[in-house]
Amino acid sequence: MHKLFRRTAIAQALAISAFVGFGGLATLPAHAKVEGDTIILGSAISITGKYSQEGKNARDGYDLAVKMVNEKGGVTIGGKVYKLSVKYYDDESTPARTAQLLERLINQDKVKYVLGPYSSGTTKAAAPVIEKYKIPMIEAEGASRSLFTQGYRYMFAVLSTSEQYLASAVALAAEVAEKNGKKASDVKVAMAFENDPFSLDVRAGVLDDMKKFGMKAVIDDKLPRDLSDMTATMTKVKALKPDLLVVSGHTKGATTATRQLNEMNIGVPLVAFTHCESADLVGKFGKGAEGILCPTQWAETLSYKDPVFGSAAEYNTLFLKTHPDYKTVPYQSAQGSAAVLVWADAFKRAQSFDTEKLRDAIAATDMMTFYGPVKFSKAGNNIAKPMVLRQIQNGDYNVVAPSKFASHKLDYPRHAGGGSMKQASK
Amino acid sequence: MWSNVEILTAAPVFIVQLLLNGVLIGAVFALAAYGLALVWGVTNVKNLAQGDFVMMGGYLGYTFSNFGLHPILTIFPVAAVMFLYGWIIYKLVINRVIQRELFTSLLATFGLAIVMQQGMNLIFGPEVLTADSGFKTRTLFDGLVTVTDIRMISFVLCGLLALALVLFMKRSRMGQAIRATAQDARAARVMGIDTEKVYAFTFSLNSAICGVAGVLISMIWVLQPFYGIAYSVRAFVIVTAAGLGNLPGVIIMALGLGSIEQFSGFILGAQFQQATVVCLLLIVLIWRRLLLQRHRQVLQ
Repeated sequence: MHKLFRRTAIAQALAISAFVGFGGLATLPAHAKVEGDTIILGSAISITGKYSQEGKNARDGYDLAVKMVNEKGGVTIGGKVYKLSVKYYDDESTPARTAQLLERLINQDKVKYVLGPYSSGTTKAAAPVIEKYKIPMIEAEGASRSLFTQGYRYMFAVLSTSEQYLASAVALAAEVAEKNGKKASDVKVAMAFENDPFSLDVRAGVLDDMKKFGMKAVIDDKLPRDLSDMTATMTKVKALKPDLLVVSGHTKGATTATRQLNEMNIGVPLVAFTHCESADLVGKFGKGAEGILCPTQWAETLSYKDPVFGSAAEYNTLFLKTHPDYKTVPYQSAQGSAAVLVWADAFKRAQSFDTEKLRDAIAATDMMTFYGPVKFSKAGNNIAKPMVLRQIQNGDYNVVAPSKFASHKLDYPRHAGGGSMKQASK
Repeated sequence: MWSNVEILTAAPVFIVQLLLNGVLIGAVFALAAYGLALVWGVTNVKNLAQGDFVMMGGYLGYTFSNFGLHPILTIFPVAAVMFLYGWIIYKLVINRVIQRELFTSLLATFGLAIVMQQGMNLIFGPEVLTADSGFKTRTLFDGLVTVTDIRMISFVLCGLLALALVLFMKRSRMGQAIRATAQDARAARVMGIDTEKVYAFTFSLNSAICGVAGVLISMIWVLQPFYGIAYSVRAFVIVTAAGLGNLPGVIIMALGLGSIEQFSGFILGAQFQQATVVCLLLIVLIWRRLLLQRHRQVLQ
């Protein structure tokens, strides 16, 4: 009985799609996921599992942008106004689930427009699926360099790729050395990177830049996935006195490094960690976090602007008003919002629901958002936006590099226990 | 690698630093390992969730400290709550697998570990947490060697706790009953010992010990819902190497393991710090097998 019903349903569906197809009546492809006046975007993203917090940050960004695009008049296609909405599945922070659920979104829910998952690992699993079905995906949370070396056609990323994360710290160390009458090639660098795709990309970027300046690495440790102790590495730092210490090991790396740097009373003039904000270094260590440099995709003090959100600062205010549970806006949210803006822009320019036309429209994107300029390379990564470096000064994250965007001066050198002799100059 | 060895030979003061860090943290490993040996010896259940009990204790301590209690003082309420939790888990899970074959109890505690990890992840989130003891750092040798007060305090606490446990096992009725049950459960039952109660008490005691270890870890290192496994592995390595019912062995192995981790981290790099632990386990197992083989040959 049940089987019979299913068979009839399939037959009906086939008949309808054949009718639509032959008649050429619809502007929509047979199954495009547009319900009434709503365009459904889909995403398999971390709601539970180890990336649940970052996944939430990203979703909050997606949702806020969807809300704002809808409030500002939605997306007009062929004279009709459409609203956006996002259908989510929980990928449990595992790449295999991401791929499975994307298949479900595409095959069962007929979603044709995809927003990325959180993390490079899950994005790596999502890419082959969207390529197989030729469904465009705009992702905002997978920064691994390896995502853009596979020749994927349907994946686009609004964020800067991971090798750019700490490279700016190397450039800054060179700048400071030259200012102090030293040679950039004399700078000694201590590196500690987690053995995961993201951190190894960051490391590759740092190494590239070090080579450019002729710098030497005095320590090159790889951190384990379940890192909770860096005292051995820090003892080496104490013995070898590097000029720059760079660490990338997600929040556990930033937390452990900050704590043990202070506990062991080690003063390194320049210290740069990824994930300072998500590790809440200021909240956890207070003064002990002073002077640490943190790369970020985005900062609310940057002078970017767009018609939906206004300036970066206005986005910041709106986000905090919508989500009072956040103290600061995570960059994951900002880039999530930017991805939705790119989708909206692509729909407007393509004036179509056809996935191929949309893909071409996305590829041709050249727009300014509150998050920064967006322009995709042939590989699909955003080549228009630089990474910025912020320093923790009196508990605030202030942009100090690149000098072009800096709102504050660098506090140098960082002393043992945090902070510098000078006060932050506003 | 050799350049790192050169640092140690040129400035032996750093050896002191590594030894201090290793021995002081090793004491905390000893706690978890002793708990594991206790349960293993008495109930023959190999608790794969051992490390997750440690993490849970840490999270409980973190929660209590958020209510204004100093983190170090949270060991008391945490030990009490973890004891109760251990009792509940014993009644719900462990007593159903205690008489079964080895594989069943391994599966049950493995499942328990997964449930605990996911539970902690749901409640506390996946980000690492730390509790701040607010204690100072002492410097020796012109600031070249540093020791944090919290590490020293936890070392002393671990020592006191071990002493209390030894006295408890030797002197108290329950301690004697536990030892009797470990030696021969059937004979103990014949002598009128309520072995069911002994099992439950042993498991709960282990849970409380892990809780205390967790609180100390939360102030020295970090907490993360999925980090329990690292402590489980360490505890297994220590107990396997030291043997059951050998407290001095457990302590020496734990302090040694802590130090070896530090030296391998320094010389080979942080990536090998924990790998060394697993390699050690392998070496211990091979060595034991060789010993047994020789023993067998002698018998033949």
